[in-house]
Amino acid sequence: MSAMSDDRSGSGGLNRPRSNSDSPGRRALRRFLRHRLAVFGLVVVVLFLLAALLAPWLSPADPLQTSWTAIRKPPSAAHWFGTDENGRDVLSRVLHGARASMAAGVLSVTVALLIGVPIGVLAGLAGGWVDAVIARVADAMLSVPFLILAIALAAFLGPALENAMLAIAITASPIFVRLARGMALEARATDWLEAARALGNPPWRLGLVHVLPNIVPPLLVQATLSIAEAIIAEASLSFLGLGQQPPAPSWGSMLNSAQRFLTQAPWLAVFPGLAIFLVVLAFNLVGDGLRDALDPRGERR
Amino acid sequence: MIRRTLLAALASVAFAGAAQAQSLRIGLREDPDILDPTLARTFVGRIVFATLCDKLFDINEKLEIVPQLATGYAWEDPKTLRITLREGVRFHDGEAMDAEAVRYSLNRHMTMQGSFRRSEIGAMEAVEVVDPKTIRIRLKAPSSPFLSQLTDRAGMVVSPKAAEATGRNFGNAPVCAGPYRLVERVAQDRIVVERFDGYWDAARIHIPRITFLPIPDSTVRLANLQSGALEMVQTIEPDDMKAVQGNRRLRVVAYDELGYQSITFNIGNGPRANTAFSRDPRVRAAFELAIDRDAVNQVVFEGAFTPTAQPVPPANPYHAPGFRPEGRDVARARALLREAGVATPVPVEMTVPNNPDLRQVGEVIQAMVQEAGFALKLNTMEFASSLQAANRGEFETYLVAWSGRVDPDGNTWTFMHSQGGQNDGKYSNPEVDRLLDEARVETDVAARRALYGRIFEIALRQDRSRVFLWHRKNIVAHTARLSGFVPVADGLIRPQGLRLN
Amino acid sequence: MLGWLLRRIGQIVPTLLILSVLIFGLQQLMPGDPALILAGEERGDPQVLAQIRAELRLDRPLPEQYLHWVGRAVQGDFGFSWRIREPVAALILEKLPVTFQLAVMAFVIALLIGIPAGIVSAVRRDRPTDWLVNGVALFGISMPNFWLGIMMILLFSVQLGWLPPSGYVPLSEDPVQSLATTIMPAFVLGSGIAGVLMRHTRAAMLGALAQDYVRTARAKGLAERAVVGRHALRNALIPVVTLGTIEFGRLLAGAVLTEQIFTIPGFGKLIVDAVFNRDYPVVQGVVMATALIFVGLSLVADLLYMAVNPRLRAG
Repeated sequence: MSAMSDDRSGSGGLNRPRSNSDSPGRRALRRFLRHRLAVFGLVVVVLFLLAALLAPWLSPADPLQTSWTAIRKPPSAAHWFGTDENGRDVLSRVLHGARASMAAGVLSVTVALLIGVPIGVLAGLAGGWVDAVIARVADAMLSVPFLILAIALAAFLGPALENAMLAIAITASPIFVRLARGMALEARATDWLEAARALGNPPWRLGLVHVLPNIVPPLLVQATLSIAEAIIAEASLSFLGLGQQPPAPSWGSMLNSAQRFLTQAPWLAVFPGLAIFLVVLAFNLVGDGLRDALDPRGERR
Repeated sequence: MIRRTLLAALASVAFAGAAQAQSLRIGLREDPDILDPTLARTFVGRIVFATLCDKLFDINEKLEIVPQLATGYAWEDPKTLRITLREGVRFHDGEAMDAEAVRYSLNRHMTMQGSFRRSEIGAMEAVEVVDPKTIRIRLKAPSSPFLSQLTDRAGMVVSPKAAEATGRNFGNAPVCAGPYRLVERVAQDRIVVERFDGYWDAARIHIPRITFLPIPDSTVRLANLQSGALEMVQTIEPDDMKAVQGNRRLRVVAYDELGYQSITFNIGNGPRANTAFSRDPRVRAAFELAIDRDAVNQVVFEGAFTPTAQPVPPANPYHAPGFRPEGRDVARARALLREAGVATPVPVEMTVPNNPDLRQVGEVIQAMVQEAGFALKLNTMEFASSLQAANRGEFETYLVAWSGRVDPDGNTWTFMHSQGGQNDGKYSNPEVDRLLDEARVETDVAARRALYGRIFEIALRQDRSRVFLWHRKNIVAHTARLSGFVPVADGLIRPQGLRLN
Repeated sequence: MLGWLLRRIGQIVPTLLILSVLIFGLQQLMPGDPALILAGEERGDPQVLAQIRAELRLDRPLPEQYLHWVGRAVQGDFGFSWRIREPVAALILEKLPVTFQLAVMAFVIALLIGIPAGIVSAVRRDRPTDWLVNGVALFGISMPNFWLGIMMILLFSVQLGWLPPSGYVPLSEDPVQSLATTIMPAFVLGSGIAGVLMRHTRAAMLGALAQDYVRTARAKGLAERAVVGRHALRNALIPVVTLGTIEFGRLLAGAVLTEQIFTIPGFGKLIVDAVFNRDYPVVQGVVMATALIFVGLSLVADLLYMAVNPRLRAG
């Protein structure tokens, strides 16, 4: 009965073996490419990744170069995105900020997935006291406000971007534990997994081959949403001095400094804000495409 | 039609806010702590106390000590202070404010567990009741700052009857002899006080009710004032001054504070002090010479603050007039670094409490000292963490502010004396110690001023134990309907004489 | 059923115990000596510091501090706030209704926007409507609350003068004024959650619409509205319920920045101020209270599953 507690799929459907000459990978790729928006999203993500990697060459100016004669100047030919409160070029800072923010978003969610999913699947498949302990710890962690958990962790680890990312990853992992556990619980209850178990498949194989593919769609949705949350969380942490250290830029820290000048210099908030929006949008579109592509039922009607 | 009704409904909602015209609403920067004069610590708390609890003495806009619950004082000898008390003063509970109540209050400050006043009036040995209108305070040793302590919370007199009844919970229902009494307090939301009819100076109290509202975000605080949801805000950002000045319905008053912004250097506190920067005053001199105070002030604070080289602000009679900032000199800074024989860039870390303007100050200084040959790394930290780091010596330099005291001793001794509790950098020079102790007992103003001048020459110019950057400003904004506000450097909002039209 | 319910309630106790150890451990990790913070500008006096430590039992060994606190807590005594000396339990009871009202309003806004938007977007998949709805939803997610909040204050309070810029009036005192003070923060909070709900509803709806039984229903010639409403939506709601209860729980504790901007004296503000002032009794009390609400909510979620999906009742 407890199987219901974390069920999220609602589909009840499971990965049934199919007979098809085409390999599953190629079919997935084809379905993904057919998804125009997803391709658009992928292009945007790749562009931002390139921007992050190539920032030193793309930037028109040094992102740390201050100029006391050009403070809070609106966008112009010389400074496309204007200058900030220290006279630094906002475009260059947005480009360089992509490094910190993309890393905070992508790496921390990846780590959260790597922590959360195996633990969740283990809990769901193992059941018994293992499940009970994992589920209670995840509940406990979920109920501690993010800020307290993150301050304590980041402060303990020391103020630095990498540590902030680790703190974000740890605080984001319980939600993946819960999602993965719920799906694994559901899978465990099916005849079909019973059969696989009876055939002598080891537990890791059950988890990897039979459970994981089924939990990918909701995980993808959550992961793409979590990337957005992680980028904003980096902003909160840098607000507390625990994220990217000044004067190095991150989109979050740029937004924080912009708060003081929302009325006098709105471009300080608009450009990093727009960057966050585009990246979040792109990741979600890619997530949609991937979900459709990987979902065996996803053949278009 | 529906739209119009909706608009009308919204408008009526908006006007409901403005209807309480007889009440003064003041926006505070943060929620005050406990409202017990003995246990209170925060600056915003003092603003509320200005309505609740009168003090033996007060200070005026010229920073002179003037009588409040007292009527006068006299030094019988350098260790004996006689204070005469005002007659006919009653506490909010109707009890009489007399010499016995003053003795009780001073002893409460001295003996109550967790008292924050004990260190302020630590020079006090005993209080004697001479007659119901006179007390005599005996000091352990002569102390020039002592009287000024009685202009703040240590000078507040509480009703002994109420204090005995409520004990440690007195702060939830304070009973003093101030012009207003506490009506209600909802933590983090509001503190409401109403006029006390039995107040001794009732003729100067014109506003029946004052509500204090803690609003931490400065943009929102200002928005409340602009939209008429507040009549007054305790402080706004220098950036916002222009917007207020351009508004006919609002007034803004900016005036120097009692305190300062400074950079503490770790000179002898733990292993972090084992650097060329900590050992060699020339390296620190180069650091200071690389900073252009005026430029930082312009860039970050729109030029609103007052650049300084010393802890005592210009309005204070003990300000050392000849001791001024040297002005930026990168060439000299580089020469000093060469002379000191250090390899450039010299790595230095600066701990910065994490608020947006201090972070910007850090970034500006970082860029400035870089030109002189320093690689400054900023360590932004949430305030609580930075305090502990400083206390434990886990810092190299620390950008920190002090709210300031009327008497110069409160701005110097604890930070510069080798025994000082807030000497986080553990600066120690026996000559400075001796001069600081001497200034504590010197009563002649000119002689005392000269002592502080010499202290600054040694501790700052010669030893470069810390850098004083500027005196900030109290920037109070209020509606044009409010009149009678007198700016005093301590930043308090005194209700006496305030009127709301 | 009763057995299940009892077992579920029984699990709350170990969760709270784990949490109490966790929060005590976290406090030890946090830098910032509470005595230094409490001493404020008086921190220079070692006597003052020693006295504070003794009074707050900070000088005792950690296990003793923990046991002392747990011993009192099980009797419902969460101690006093170090900063303002009010009982923690009273503070929690004072702030909870405020945040609860805000959370309910935000959640209603989120549901009213998020679920219909998710359905429309799934049904109109890959058409301009879908793109538009997705764009707006993701904008809601990626826009920081403080930005939206300040913009709304500047527009509706300063420019138009329609709504009070900040503060809070209790519902019992003046319902109209109470709604006026909470509508903006509720919208700010709700808009972000609406985006999350929309994305999950859309995903679940797409999954459900591809199911065999929906195809069957469609093939049987049922009206599209009935197919979507009765068959697909019902199943799609399950993950929405899970996420919804998590998000509602987060609203109670996580409305920190929004409460800060709009100066709503709620739970989030209580937590933040307590953390920054190292007011540990308040931190502990608040965390335990949110945890209790959280586990209560996940119980509610389970009950809701059974309501929306009778199939699970058997399982």
